[in-house]
Amino acid sequence: MSQALTSTKFGKYGGQYVPEILMPALLELTDYYEKYKDDAVFNAELDHYLKDFAGRPSPLYLAKNLSKEYGIKIYLKREDLVHGGAHKLNNTLGQGLLAKYMGKKRIIAETGAGQHGTACAMAGACFGVSTEVYMGAKDTVRQRMNVYRMELMGTKVIPVKSGSQTLKDAINEAMRDWVANVETTHYMIGSVVGPHPFPTMVRDFQSVIGKEVRLQILEKEGRFPDSIVACTGGGSNAMGIFHPFVEEDVDLFAVEAGGSGMKTTDKEALHSATLCTGEDGVLHGMRTKVLQNKYGQILESSSIAAGLDYAGVGPELAYLADIGRLKPCYSMDSEALDAFHDLCRFEGIIPALESSHALAYVKKAVASGELGDIVVVNVSGRGDKDLETVMGMRT
Amino acid sequence: MRIAEKFKQLKAKNEGALIAYICAGDPTPEGTKEYVTALVRGGVDIIELGLPFSDPVADGPTIQAGIQRALDGGMTPDLYFRTVSSLKLHIPLIVMTYYNLIFKRGLEKFVKDCAASGISGIIVPDLPPEESGDLLQICRKNEVDLIYLVAPTTTETRMEHILAEGAGFIYLVARLGVTGARSDVATSTGELIKRVKTATPKAVGFGISTGDQAAQIIHAGADGVIVGSAFVNIIGSGQDVPERLEALAREIKKGVISN
Ligand SMILES: Cc1ncc(COP(=O)(O)O)c(C=O)c1O
Repeated sequence: MSQALTSTKFGKYGGQYVPEILMPALLELTDYYEKYKDDAVFNAELDHYLKDFAGRPSPLYLAKNLSKEYGIKIYLKREDLVHGGAHKLNNTLGQGLLAKYMGKKRIIAETGAGQHGTACAMAGACFGVSTEVYMGAKDTVRQRMNVYRMELMGTKVIPVKSGSQTLKDAINEAMRDWVANVETTHYMIGSVVGPHPFPTMVRDFQSVIGKEVRLQILEKEGRFPDSIVACTGGGSNAMGIFHPFVEEDVDLFAVEAGGSGMKTTDKEALHSATLCTGEDGVLHGMRTKVLQNKYGQILESSSIAAGLDYAGVGPELAYLADIGRLKPCYSMDSEALDAFHDLCRFEGIIPALESSHALAYVKKAVASGELGDIVVVNVSGRGDKDLETVMGMRT
Repeated sequence: MRIAEKFKQLKAKNEGALIAYICAGDPTPEGTKEYVTALVRGGVDIIELGLPFSDPVADGPTIQAGIQRALDGGMTPDLYFRTVSSLKLHIPLIVMTYYNLIFKRGLEKFVKDCAASGISGIIVPDLPPEESGDLLQICRKNEVDLIYLVAPTTTETRMEHILAEGAGFIYLVARLGVTGARSDVATSTGELIKRVKTATPKAVGFGISTGDQAAQIIHAGADGVIVGSAFVNIIGSGQDVPERLEALAREIKKGVISN
């Protein structure tokens, strides 16, 4: 039909499994994205916002105390220092600018932890576009500070009470809104998930992380790291730091949420480890690995980190895992909490609980030697949003 | 019964088709048989029986609630096919479900189960033609119609392609949005009916809940109407369900005959 099928997929994963109403919008978005992604004017404008609004480049910091403690040279990619406190703004500035070029009057989004919603609110205010964010009712409670932040910046937060009342249901609701308002509205998806072109486009906007790491590590070490470790919910901070290294001799580790146990029932999983345990399926417009029961009903996932609590994962990660280019792994809630406290105490950095999963994996994987001598960990966000959760865990 | 045959019969009588959607297992597997029977008594021409999926992105609150009741009531794909086999209908039956349930069962097995249990058509709202090649081939081999949707946003090139592939009938999405009962007829509906030029029957769905709306849509050139949320609302109320399903079917059927 109007588009080459190959470009929409990563191996067998990806694609565009959406209602017919949305197909023309996806084709339009693909056209705009392809037109502007290498456009000098667009990129100059985006670079300006990334630098002066978001505060990029983010530092690559040698965590000397943690390195000593864990016994491996650890560099932290400080996305926690990006405006808003997470990597999410890299994507929303890119998509926000594109939406402006497309003449869209309204932006909608889903959010889990509220970090993507916050980043949307920032981009919406920055570009002067009205913004509405769907958020699972359960998440609006556990991340209420982020709800307030979004509201301060003029974004309307809509609690979603259907299904499990978390990220998956927020995506469903945002898609329903988009179906009704597709002509005026841009759906600003928050990770490398959803129908083509989102997984590719979001990855490209997030790749600024890995591009910076390439320059920074060469300057500091004169070589690439042996390994890169990133937490993985939908997979945008992971793909953002991995993508510029996929062709290099660097081992990539995608750390998922092991939650409170690697068990599932017919209705729910106690974890969110989709790459590790999911099966092929179709969810939210993409073919990918999915947590599902034997009939294909999607499971409710679980994690202490709201941003990792998702039953799907980006199709490119599923592909890279299948071909053995990245290693899927997981950290449990308790391990993430432990690593959270380590980084606070040893380095004076409070990481997001999401990012703490990556740090926890480093802690336990050092012994095996699989990480080599130098590891870069993506600290995808800061932990201020998680303080209530962590305080609640203290007994 | 094949869908084309039904439309041919109706055309000979100069009648439009009433296609009724309810969700299998809403609120119990046993209830479904009783409700389908009531709809048939009310004059429904084709039954579209939903197979409930946990994440129905094309459905509004009414049908979402029906799907949730069905899942809570224990409906599964295995039970669905057993239920359908026991219905013994003399009118065409269509399954409407989301792609992951088909994918997980295996395309071939799903379509064969459809054929074996008397299902003559499949509607998959999250499967545009870009992704439907494999399923289409298997459907053709098993003489099950894969029914495509067109929307007000569908471009001319896509329209041509869809009309060339579509079997049974073409499902015209009346308005931008998800399923849900409305009382008006969107202006986009008439325009879409005119744009869809095909010998395959055209049925309009999304937002139709009354005989008046149905009459307007048939008058505008459609061959049938699809009504879902209005029936599911009745089931959701739990009050005199079979009687009210039958009465509403009769009212809307009157609308599609009165031209
Ligand atoms: C700080 C942080 N890290 C990671 C994630 C997970 O998303 P992704 O896997 O797309 O990077 C989130 C999501 O909200 C987040 O807020």
